[in-house]
Amino acid sequence: MFDFLTEYDVLGAFWVTVQLTVYSAIGSLIWGTILAGMRVSPVPVMRAFGTAYVNTVRNIPLTLIIIAMSLGLYQTLNVALAGDTITTTNFRLAILGFVLYTSTFVCESLRSGINTVPVGQAEAARALGLGFGQVLRMIVLPQAFRSVIGPLTSVLIALTKNTTVASTIGVAEASLLMSEMIENESDVIGLVFMTFAMGFVILTLPVGLLLGRVAKKAAVKR
Amino acid sequence: MSAPSVLYDVPGPKAKARNVVYTVLFLLALAGLGWWILATLEEKGQLTWEKWGPFVTDGQVWTTFLLPGLLNTLLAAALAIAIALPIGALFGILRLSDHVWIRVPAGAAVEFFRAVPVLILMVFANVFYVEYTDIDSDYRPLVAVVTALVLYNGAVLAEVVRAGIQSLPAGQTEASKAIGMRKAQTMTNVLLPQAVTAMLPAIVSQLVVIVKDTALGGAALGFSDLFSQIRPIANNYFANTIATMAVVAVIYILLNNLLTAAAGWIEKWSRQRKTSTGNVVKPVDDNGRNV
Repeated sequence: MFDFLTEYDVLGAFWVTVQLTVYSAIGSLIWGTILAGMRVSPVPVMRAFGTAYVNTVRNIPLTLIIIAMSLGLYQTLNVALAGDTITTTNFRLAILGFVLYTSTFVCESLRSGINTVPVGQAEAARALGLGFGQVLRMIVLPQAFRSVIGPLTSVLIALTKNTTVASTIGVAEASLLMSEMIENESDVIGLVFMTFAMGFVILTLPVGLLLGRVAKKAAVKR
Repeated sequence: MSAPSVLYDVPGPKAKARNVVYTVLFLLALAGLGWWILATLEEKGQLTWEKWGPFVTDGQVWTTFLLPGLLNTLLAAALAIAIALPIGALFGILRLSDHVWIRVPAGAAVEFFRAVPVLILMVFANVFYVEYTDIDSDYRPLVAVVTALVLYNGAVLAEVVRAGIQSLPAGQTEASKAIGMRKAQTMTNVLLPQAVTAMLPAIVSQLVVIVKDTALGGAALGFSDLFSQIRPIANNYFANTIATMAVVAVIYILLNNLLTAAAGWIEKWSRQRKTSTGNVVKPVDDNGRNV
């Protein structure tokens, strides 16, 4: 019944999904933190840019962003992100698209996390003579991160599922293989679907449970 | 005078000078990026009037492509939320059931459909309709898109409904028990009407997610929504892919900002209502979990 599995590299496809997720998650965390820093910074232009960026990018369909990476950035602006082959180029373009999009959600989570840090913490830090960068880096962000592990886990799980959109520019991840298999194995489409659906359940469920426990442990008791 | 933020002091002369430097540097960097993009676009001949002009001068690009596409996007989104709401309400209530044999399967179904990517649901729904039904192929993409969106958002809304009902004070259930109401009566006459106002902002916010997800149908199933108009427009107007993508993106941004504003307005309204408990279920993110 499951002979169709041996003809296709299902694990390999999911490995690409995992790679997309991990690289995009790291990039989104960095760019999202910078955006959050901009949104609470004392420089009005940076605040305005952060707000405008988040409200714009968050409202564009991810599909359009990923397609724009390929058609706009690569084919028109010739940004290949140092990829030698079309495969690596598309892979990197997809990651860039995910980072641009997901970082808006990271930024919003972090900003709500910054709001949970008691005012006294920042006031005490300022009373000690710390500047904005120092207050953010040494006092506020470390506490904010601990309280947003839960929301960031949701963002990570959403990102894992969103990586399927990379199939629209031909990155050979799980959903692209599923489309191919469903085309060729039309007699077992239910099984093919369940295989891939369970693959995503297996990818997201343990991450959610594990990080949920970490979130409880790490949260600052107030 | 209070500081503009608790994170920094009211700027003194030194801080003001430093902020000016940062402002100038940041603007220079932004201008550099903008200049590079515009210069490259110009070099590639993407900034010509024949590519951008049609969106202003030629009404046909709107009446033939963009508006019908937008209409299909709105139609799919409206159908999806209209069908997903009752399903979500049902599963949200089932998850709160006192009986384990109802609660657990309902919970498993909700968690399953929340964990599966919408794109995979769409692709499967489309092939499923091809193989096992004789839906007219003109409507099949729409039906497949709506099916996938209903399955996913029904699961998300089930969580919203559950959170909405759980946000009500326990006294509501206790009081209805005290006057002899049955469980079903408590739910339909006491809990649900109050929970709905608490859930409204979250439901409208979910529409933003649905509108964005309809674009998946345009990319993967050939559903003729707003997103899928990019190719035909570029084919008809001198390969103006960049210009078309920009216009389509702006339409999505305006539409979604409108929905977000509506959600905020409804939230304010339901907080001020005298009959409401003042509880509001927080909007959910793309993954359907409370942000």
